[in-house]
Amino acid sequence: MKHVLESVESQFEVFQILNEDGKIVNKDDMPDLSDEDLKELMRRMVYTRVLDQRSIALNRQGRLGFYAPTAGQEASQLGSHFALEKDDFILPGYRDVPQLIWHGLPLYQAFLFSRGHFHGNQMPEGVNALSPQIIIGAQYVQAAGVALGMKLRGKKAVAVTYTGDGGTSQGDFYEGMNFAGAYGAPAIFFVQNNYFAISVPVEQQTAAKTLAQKAVAAGIEGIQVDGMDVLAMYAATKHARERAINGDGPMLIEALTYRYGPHTMAGDDPTRYRTEDLDNEWEKKDPIVRFRTFLEGKKLWSEEEENKVIEQAKDDIKEAIKEADKYPKQKVTDLMENMYEELPHNLQEQWEEYKEKESK
Amino acid sequence: MAQMTMIQAITDAMRVELKDDENVLVFGEDVGKNGGVFRATEGLQDEFGKERVFDTPLAESAIGGLSIGLALEGYRPVPEIQFFGFVYEVMDSINGQMARMRYRSGGTKSQPITIRSPFGGGVNTPEMHADSLEGLIAQQPGIKVVIPSTPYDAKGLLIASIRDNDPVVFLEHMKLYRSFRGEVPEEAYTVELGKADVKREGKDVTLIAYGAMVHTCLKAAEELEKDGIDAEIIDLMTVSPLDIDTIIESVKKTNRVVVVQEAQRQAGVASTVISEIQERAILHLEAPVLRVTAPDTVFAFSEAEKIWLPDHNDVIEKVNQVMNF
Repeated sequence: MKHVLESVESQFEVFQILNEDGKIVNKDDMPDLSDEDLKELMRRMVYTRVLDQRSIALNRQGRLGFYAPTAGQEASQLGSHFALEKDDFILPGYRDVPQLIWHGLPLYQAFLFSRGHFHGNQMPEGVNALSPQIIIGAQYVQAAGVALGMKLRGKKAVAVTYTGDGGTSQGDFYEGMNFAGAYGAPAIFFVQNNYFAISVPVEQQTAAKTLAQKAVAAGIEGIQVDGMDVLAMYAATKHARERAINGDGPMLIEALTYRYGPHTMAGDDPTRYRTEDLDNEWEKKDPIVRFRTFLEGKKLWSEEEENKVIEQAKDDIKEAIKEADKYPKQKVTDLMENMYEELPHNLQEQWEEYKEKESK
Repeated sequence: MAQMTMIQAITDAMRVELKDDENVLVFGEDVGKNGGVFRATEGLQDEFGKERVFDTPLAESAIGGLSIGLALEGYRPVPEIQFFGFVYEVMDSINGQMARMRYRSGGTKSQPITIRSPFGGGVNTPEMHADSLEGLIAQQPGIKVVIPSTPYDAKGLLIASIRDNDPVVFLEHMKLYRSFRGEVPEEAYTVELGKADVKREGKDVTLIAYGAMVHTCLKAAEELEKDGIDAEIIDLMTVSPLDIDTIIESVKKTNRVVVVQEAQRQAGVASTVISEIQERAILHLEAPVLRVTAPDTVFAFSEAEKIWLPDHNDVIEKVNQVMNF
C-alpha cells in the first residue's frame, strides 16, 4: 500500500523573498515594485502598527469597543491587500479592519464599527467590501458567490477573503474553497495562521502539517507564505490574482504570521497559553523591522520618514475619533428603517411607537 | 387561463422571471439538467442555459453563501434547498447572514434572494424531509416566509418573492405539488406578500391556516356546514410577517377562532397568531382561541403519519369546542 502524506506535505514549502535580516533570498520571485511602491508599503505598515497601538489604548480608555489586535500581521494583511485593485471585493474577518481601511473605508467609520454603530458598516460608494464577518467561515462561502458573480459578469476582478488558523476547521472553510474550485471562480482565500485560535494552538485544530495543503481537498492551488515578509505576501497575492482573472480559478494562501497582542481586547490574556520565549522568537521576525532594514539598505527609508508617518497616523486617529464622537447617535427608528426596503406591518407599528418615544 | 398543478405553476413562475430579468439565477442540487427532484425546474436549463440555471455541489451552507455573494454582485438568486429538513445546514447563511445584510450594512446592501424548498407530510418521505420548520425562520427579523396552498397563489407569490428586494423563504408543500389542478393565468402576475386570503367566507368561526392545512380546513368546513356551522377560512399565505388586518377583521365578525397548523404545537406560527388576536381583539372573543397542531414529538415515522398529522376531524373537534364554550 502506498502512503502519500509525506509526498503531499513536501509540496508545501514556505515561500519567502525577504529573510529576517532584511536580505533578498529569492531574486527570481522579487515583485516588480517601484521605489515609491516600496515606500508606500512601508508607510502603510508603520501607520497600521500605530493604529493598533492607539486602538488598544483607546479601547482601554473606553473610547473604542470591540477590537482585535493586528500588530505582527502587517505584512500578511497589507502586503496581500497591496496586490489588489479597487474593483476587487474584500470579505474580511473580524481582525481584518486594516485591509478595509486601505481599500477605502474612512478611519472614523472603522472606529464606529468598533463601537457598534451602523454607520461604521456603511461602505462608501465604490468601496467593494463587506464589513468584518464575525461568524468564522461565513466569509468563505460568500466569497465563492461573489467570485462566481464576477465570473458571470465577465469582470476582471477577484473576491478576496481572510480567515485564521482556527477557521480552517469550519465546514464553511472547506465548502467555500470547494465551490469556488468547482466553478473555477476568481477567488483568493487567505489563511492567516498566527498559530493560535484564542488559546488553542494550531496543532489542536488539525493533524495536517500545513494549512495550505487543505487546498488539495478542493482541487485548487495552495501556497504557504512567510506572512512576516511583505514582499512574499505581495508576490503570492499578485500571482493568485493574475491566475484568477485569467480564468485559472481560486487559490488558497496560508500566511505564517503572529499576533503580538491578545486575541481581542475583551479580557483575553495570552500569557495563559503562550510563553515569553515564543513571543520573543516572533518579535525577531517583525515584518516592519526586516522591511525597514531592506529599505534602509536601498536608501529608501529614514528615521525621519518613519516619524513623519507615525505623526500623521496619530493626527489622523485623533481626528477620526473626534469625527466618530460627533456622529449622531443611533435611534431605534434608524435600526428599523434599515431592516427592509419597505417596512412590513409589524415594524410599521413599532416604528410609530418608537417615533413617539423619540420625540419626547 | 391554463389548468396547472402547483408544481407547474411554480415552474411557470420561474420561467416568467428568468425571461423577464436577466439577473434571475436558479440553482441548487439537481435543479439543472435533471430539472429538480420534483421537476420544479424542468426544462429551465434547456431554455435559459447553464449560466442561468445550474447545479451546485452537495452542500447547503455554501448554496446559501453562493446566493449571498451572487446577490452582492447584483444578481437575483433563486436557490433551492432540496428538502427543508436540510435547512439546519444553512441556518447561518439564512438567519445569520442574508436576513441581516441590509441592517448590518446600514441599508447599503440588499439580498434579493428567494429560497425555494419543499416540506410537508402525508407523502411517506424518509426522515428529515417533511418537517414543518417555518417557525424557525419566522422568528428571524429581516426575512419573509411564504407558504402557498394553491397553484394560482403559488405562481403569483413566487413572482412577488423573486421581485422582492429582501430575502424570502418560499416553502412548497409536497402533498400539494400534484394533488389538484387550478386555473393559472399564462402571463406574469403577483400576489402581494404579507397579505392573507379569505378562502371561504363564513360568519360563525374563523379558521386560520396555511399550507396543506388550508385544504384540511376546507374539508372540515364542508362537514361543519351540514351541522349548521358556517366557517370562514383565512389562508395566511405569508406566515411572516402576518396580515394582522385580515385576521382581526374576521375575528371581529365571527368572534370565535381556531388556528390550524401542521407543525408541532411548540413550533409553527400558531402561537404568534393567537398572541396578536388576544392583544387586539380580546373583547370580541366568545371563546378562547384554540389550536390544531401536531403533537410535540419529532416528526412521525412515515407509517405513523396518518395518526400523527392533524386532519379535518381534529379541526371539527376544536371548532365544536369553541362553538360550545
